[in-house]
Amino acid sequence: MTITPRVRVQLENFDAAEESLRLSAGRLDVGAIVTFTGLCRDEAGTLSALELEHYPGMAEAELNRISTEAAERWPLTGLTVIHRYGRIAPGENIVLVVAASSHRRAAFEAADFLMDFLKTRAPFWKKEHFISGKEGSWVDAKAGDDSDAARW
Amino acid sequence: MNIRYFAWVRERVGIEEETIEVPGHVETVADLIAHLKSIDENHASAFEEEDAIRVALDQFHVEQDALVAGAREAAFFPPMTGG
Repeated sequence: MTITPRVRVQLENFDAAEESLRLSAGRLDVGAIVTFTGLCRDEAGTLSALELEHYPGMAEAELNRISTEAAERWPLTGLTVIHRYGRIAPGENIVLVVAASSHRRAAFEAADFLMDFLKTRAPFWKKEHFISGKEGSWVDAKAGDDSDAARW
Repeated sequence: MNIRYFAWVRERVGIEEETIEVPGHVETVADLIAHLKSIDENHASAFEEEDAIRVALDQFHVEQDALVAGAREAAFFPPMTGG
């Protein structure tokens, strides 16, 4: 039986440790949990914040479709995907994937698959806002994201 | 039909959402884009880089040759950059 993934699209922050615990608490069949957290990065010290725009309704629907595909493809005991929207400052969390399974390979692969497809298919867009006050700019999609998704 | 725009497509069109009457000759998403471009200069500029635009019909990704008949909502946006 495949599990039902837990998908959230939210303004609020999340707690990776708490979400990981949620997939192992009270059960003995979980042998591996992989958590991936994507954070807002500022390499050059020029970013004041990222603005995450999303398509309400479709963002949840698409994350559910990708998660359901992962749950059908790997023998998971649990799967959680949380993606934030709104204004996110450098150092803050953006996205969380938690994949739990009896064995490590399924957990690693499902989390990797989830992130590759989330990047190319989930309707979210990043706009950079700068400390200097110069006009914000939309982040360009990377060709590498498409080739990463094509690996699966 | 309800039309929604996101990210820089939304900024160029100048609105988030609009309801339009779809002319009878519009069959595919590509036809719909050609029609939207004819509305005004803002729409024309938003769809200038047509190949860079992604489309969803009723919240499912589709290609530009998809048929629009029966769809209630079409959304236009740049390639996604979440995660």
